[in-house]
Amino acid sequence: MVPLVYYLFLSGILFGCGVAGFLIKRNIITIFMSIELMLNGVNLSFVAFAAQWRAFSGQVFVFFVMVVAAAEAAVGLAIIIAVVRTRETLNVDDVNLLKL
Amino acid sequence: MTPNLHLWLIPILPLAGAAINGLFGRRFSRQIVSAIALIFAGAAFVWALWVASQFSSLTSAPYHETLASWIRAGDFRADFAFYLDQLSLIMLLVVTGVGFLIHLYSVGYMWEEGGFYRFFCYLNLFMFFMLTLVLASNYLVMFIGWEGVGLASYLLIGFWFTKDSAASAGKKAFIVNRIGDFGFLIALFLLIKHFGSLNFDQVFASVTPLSPETQGAGLLTSIALLLMVGACGKSAQIPLYVWLPDAMEGPTPVSALIHAATMVTAGVYMVARSHLIFDRAPAALMVVAIIGTLTALFAATIGIAQTDIKKVLAYSTISQLGYMFMACGVAAYSAGIFHLMTHAFFKGLLFLAAGSVIHAIGGEQDMRKMGGLRTSIPWTFWTMTVATFAIAGIPPLAGFFSKDEILWQAYSSQYGSWVFWLIGVITAFITSFYMFRLWFMTFFGEYRGAAGEQHAHAEHAGHGTHLGRDAAHGHGGIHESPAVMLIPLVVLAVLSIVGGWVGYHNTFENFLAPVFRSGVTVPVQAAQETASTQSHAEAGSTETVLMGISIAAAVAGFLLAWLLYHRRRDLPAKIAHALGGLYQSVLNKYYVDELYAILFVKPLIDGSSKLLWHGIDQNVIDATVDNSTEAAKQISDTVRHMQSGNLRSYAGWVAAGAAAVVVYMIWIGVR
Repeated sequence: MVPLVYYLFLSGILFGCGVAGFLIKRNIITIFMSIELMLNGVNLSFVAFAAQWRAFSGQVFVFFVMVVAAAEAAVGLAIIIAVVRTRETLNVDDVNLLKL
Repeated sequence: MTPNLHLWLIPILPLAGAAINGLFGRRFSRQIVSAIALIFAGAAFVWALWVASQFSSLTSAPYHETLASWIRAGDFRADFAFYLDQLSLIMLLVVTGVGFLIHLYSVGYMWEEGGFYRFFCYLNLFMFFMLTLVLASNYLVMFIGWEGVGLASYLLIGFWFTKDSAASAGKKAFIVNRIGDFGFLIALFLLIKHFGSLNFDQVFASVTPLSPETQGAGLLTSIALLLMVGACGKSAQIPLYVWLPDAMEGPTPVSALIHAATMVTAGVYMVARSHLIFDRAPAALMVVAIIGTLTALFAATIGIAQTDIKKVLAYSTISQLGYMFMACGVAAYSAGIFHLMTHAFFKGLLFLAAGSVIHAIGGEQDMRKMGGLRTSIPWTFWTMTVATFAIAGIPPLAGFFSKDEILWQAYSSQYGSWVFWLIGVITAFITSFYMFRLWFMTFFGEYRGAAGEQHAHAEHAGHGTHLGRDAAHGHGGIHESPAVMLIPLVVLAVLSIVGGWVGYHNTFENFLAPVFRSGVTVPVQAAQETASTQSHAEAGSTETVLMGISIAAAVAGFLLAWLLYHRRRDLPAKIAHALGGLYQSVLNKYYVDELYAILFVKPLIDGSSKLLWHGIDQNVIDATVDNSTEAAKQISDTVRHMQSGNLRSYAGWVAAGAAAVVVYMIWIGVR
């Protein structure tokens, strides 16, 4: 059986990639995908722990996260479409009206 | 069985009138406004008359009526309750009766003025508070009325509030009265502390067993003196009289009602009401008598040199109030109340007649510009004549009886002395002199005001509205007032003639006896008994001699005025010139206003502006607030650069925050 720590490392790497993409990328869609990456990194650690401790609550929690992620994707994509329509760009650095 | 008198109706009726006129009066025509004001004031008078008719059938002499409980704290109770005895009955009739007549007069006097509904709203409001004051059954309800009449007085003095002098006169009256109210309040606190109640019945019941404080001054003396401070403010006695002359800035009916007939007598009423306390504080009585006597003399001398017709009457009012306090100070309360009543008649009449004169010649108040009005305004002339003779103390008019009673008591009472009597007689002489001076200057000789200049004069006197709105007044020349103004004059003239007759054979005093004889201390009672059982021949002869002297003083005043202001009108100027500085100081009211300005007003203004405003307010309070906002601004100025508008920097902050939280959690876990 693969030891738990491997999963956790993979989960950490996935989450770190997500954070890095979230901070570095300028394309809104890429940022959005980075968020999904972070969520799934966390999901992986959930299921890893659940399998290790034979506890179902972790697995159940993953479903919750997936549902939320789906809803977030719907809302987020809608926002992105709205932004593109009004500002005609996908670059977040151009979406900067909210400053002093 | 005691019938239910429904005393609460008497104050409530004028309040209803004030509420209706105050809330909706702006939309009503003048006819409706005056009808409402008159109906409600008249209804209060009618109800007061009905109460008076029922009074003799009352089984328990002070009649009580409790409306609602107000304050209950431990043993202390103060209710909204009314109290009716002989004293409050007389005040009730005077206030409602004279008040109604002046309401009637005001309809004519104020007809051309702006703010008609406002005037009647205030006037009715004043009636409500004054009636609350005289009907109260405890000091606290009395204090409501006391403050309320002060408010109404302020509103009415400043009725022409666009005129600066009227607005500041209102403020002056209000502020000077605050000083008096301060004394009154402290007296109330002392009463609560030592007797645990403010109800007249309970306070007087606790006071009755106490013996007079003949050795040194104690609790009762301090309460009495503090009450007197309150009375000094409200009733314009030395040293707080300065507001009353300025109060003449208000419309003349207001001067008649509030500043002559009713409100200013509230102090006398309060002292008479608290007579059980004063009886046990001989030192305080002495102070009251001295203040009253000095005020009577002092104000009368100022009255000599005034040229404004209303100012003469104002100083005369102060002087007559001094007489009332003199009477109270020698424990002759019924004489004081008697003079209060007759004074309400003839001084109300004098003011109304003066208003009629002012109205007739288009807003002029300076007597030097009057003269010869005898024939052109006969009704005003004759009623004013009655009032002048009444106040001068010519028998058989009202003023003679009451003033003579006061002078006799000042001489014969156990607290009295010939000094009080002598100053009283001198004052009577001066009173007679300045009143006949006014009478001669106004009605005799030739008219000294130029008809063509009336507009200018009116503006000058500040009553521009009298003329400015109504061309007929400006062009009509001297004209008699309308009937609605003359009827009150005639009624009051009749009262000024016959009003004194109730004092004949001590009828008035005997009527008030249940109030003033109950619970008085033994020596006083004994003295009064000896006074009443004294052989009539002896007391009678002294009284006759004194009466003769006071009549002689009045006649002498008349003759002197006749000589100076009718026969030889060149003399006053020469005398004034000869007296030089003395005349100047009298003309300038002994510089009391200036003295107060230096002693109190200026230090107060300087202290407020330099220490409180620039020192504490600007340097401490404002500085604290300003500096803290400045600090907040600087801190936020540095922090606000976080809000770059760049989404990725926000994301960076979120990530950094999350990392910080994780690090913190790990650190906790390790520890």
